[in-house]
Amino acid sequence: MAKPIEIEAQGLCYTRGSRVIMNQLSCVFPRGRISVLAGPSGSGKTTLLRMIACLIRPDQGALRIDGEADLTELGLGAVRAFRRRVGMLFQGGALLDSMSVFDNVALPLREHSELGEAEIRDEVHRVFEAVGLDSVDALLPGQLSGGMVKRAGLARALIEKPDLLLCDEPFSGLDPPTVRRIEELLMQVNQSGGATMLITSHHTESTRRMADHLVLLLDDGAVSGDTKALLQNDARVAEFFAESTSPALAKGAP
Amino acid sequence: MRESPRLEIWVGAFVLIGLAAIAYLSVAIGGLTAGGPGGLEIIASFDEIGGLKSRARVVVGGVKVGQVKSVALAPDFRARVTLDIDRRLELPLDSSASILTSGVLGDQYIALEPGGGDDMGGKGPKFLAAGDEIQYTQGAVILERLIGKLIQNLGSGPSKTDASDAEPDSGAASEEGSK
Amino acid sequence: MNPAAALRALGARSIALVRDLGRFALFSVRLVAAGVQPPWRARRLIREIYDSGVLSLVIVCISGVAVGAVLGLQGHNTLVRFGAAGQLGAVVGLSLIRELGPVLTSLLVAGRAGSAMAAEIASMKVTEQLDGLRMMSVDPLDFVGAPKALAMVLSMPLLATLFTLFGIFGGYLVGVVVLGGDPGSYISTLQDAVRFTEDVVGGLLKAGVFGVLVALIATYRGFTAHPSSAGVSAAATSTVVIASVATLVSDYFITALWGY
Repeated sequence: MAKPIEIEAQGLCYTRGSRVIMNQLSCVFPRGRISVLAGPSGSGKTTLLRMIACLIRPDQGALRIDGEADLTELGLGAVRAFRRRVGMLFQGGALLDSMSVFDNVALPLREHSELGEAEIRDEVHRVFEAVGLDSVDALLPGQLSGGMVKRAGLARALIEKPDLLLCDEPFSGLDPPTVRRIEELLMQVNQSGGATMLITSHHTESTRRMADHLVLLLDDGAVSGDTKALLQNDARVAEFFAESTSPALAKGAP
Repeated sequence: MRESPRLEIWVGAFVLIGLAAIAYLSVAIGGLTAGGPGGLEIIASFDEIGGLKSRARVVVGGVKVGQVKSVALAPDFRARVTLDIDRRLELPLDSSASILTSGVLGDQYIALEPGGGDDMGGKGPKFLAAGDEIQYTQGAVILERLIGKLIQNLGSGPSKTDASDAEPDSGAASEEGSK
Repeated sequence: MNPAAALRALGARSIALVRDLGRFALFSVRLVAAGVQPPWRARRLIREIYDSGVLSLVIVCISGVAVGAVLGLQGHNTLVRFGAAGQLGAVVGLSLIRELGPVLTSLLVAGRAGSAMAAEIASMKVTEQLDGLRMMSVDPLDFVGAPKALAMVLSMPLLATLFTLFGIFGGYLVGVVVLGGDPGSYISTLQDAVRFTEDVVGGLLKAGVFGVLVALIATYRGFTAHPSSAGVSAAATSTVVIASVATLVSDYFITALWGY
């Protein structure tokens, strides 16, 4: 059963060329909650997400899971084992475009589990239902609409019942009604499965609505904590959300 | 992963045709034999083998019966050629071997001519067996020597005889080939 | 540019080149290691053989006939001067089997299938499909790279042989049918001249080596592409250039070594 993961970032530093992307970044992503990673463009949201996914390594610092292992020190085998507990929804869905949607979502099961084809089919349809997809089995990813791509990507991320779900800009490129639907879907997933969820988003409205925990990356460091509390008490947070509202509306809509 | 059966058929056809092409190239054109009807090894020694190489053809009456297995220098400075020919052949003991050229500028090959069945004074089997040596051999014609002799003969007039251009190594009739 | 700066630039370039070669070698080792271990991806391999092999058939066969025809034409005109027109079959056959078959096929395949392979992998990188695989604990080298590379290695000798046979046919068309050469001589000199070990095996060996080179270069350029549209096209074009040069250079060394 799901054992949601808690992640703590300690003193992360990352520089690309002459740009300092992270400087002594520390924050916590609490167990089983929905955390949103917000901030202006280039603040390092996606970078942090990719570090947690072990796709890149920070120059310095540690990422502790459940207070024990440090993600930045893991060898290849340990990374593989960790990733079995993680599901990731990429911004563009990252589905393999030469395979059908069904085959894409079934891939993790076909690779890692001993299930037979009939059982795999049941699992895939179960997760399709959970994300609200219907009759897409034989379609290719290129034939799906933006919202459906996100759902399919989410289905693939969820099929192995992960303890940690990472979502990179799940609302990008979607119209407002679809944004609401995906938002509800994610909250539903969190409630039913209990996995820790980490979402990067520009979308201030959704963040306000769904985030239990907020990590805001600003130039002078990160502000993190309970969303409602921060919005009320922290001036920087309130300012970010206030001034982001207007450009966000223009940006959030496709 | 489901692939359309059409695709798999194409791939299968491609691989089959490709392998068939390789097989055709090897056998029909490259002369690959599956072990072949060889097996009988006999020896022939020559003063001069010219351009004869191993795997050169060995023919009887123009028909290929085997190939040259190896060429080595014998202690008496003659060339010792090992032939690998069809083991079903029954060649009389007094058969001869000559080195001929295909065409004017072609490869060299060995032509065997069955002898008359002369016993050669022995009481043993009448045919060449494994390891036997052919007694009558005719070496290769070297074009340069031929021309040299010709010029010599022309230069010194018709009084100099010995107009034969190749020296037989023994009593068998001399023969130059061109196909 | 002052000489000191030029020298520094040259030094930096050379070091970068050596470093790239090292990266390429390490990548190749990892790719081969991934390929020879289970899981065997038969379905993907079949699909990749279709992409590299079957789809290259048309260009290979047409080019084969064309090259054979030219050899027939040139060969005939040259041999006639030496009174050796009957040797045309041997000339066309040997040229194709030993050299032109493997080399030209490799160049054509590098251009068609090699660049497509690199571009496909690079665009998978841009759209994060490779990262997606990693997050599912599937090694992209094993899932994507190895089947593509293996398909190329298997397809190359088959295509080279087809090129050669079509070329011999093309030479026959021109030398015999058009220019009136003797069909019997064409075929018999061809058969006499071609030896299985030196010529046919040598040619297949070359094709195999070229297949390996093109496969490794295409997958490497794909995996290390810059994640942008410019990066995708750069991966494709650099594959064609590098693979072609590698083919031609290694051709010399294989020829020298195989003929002792």
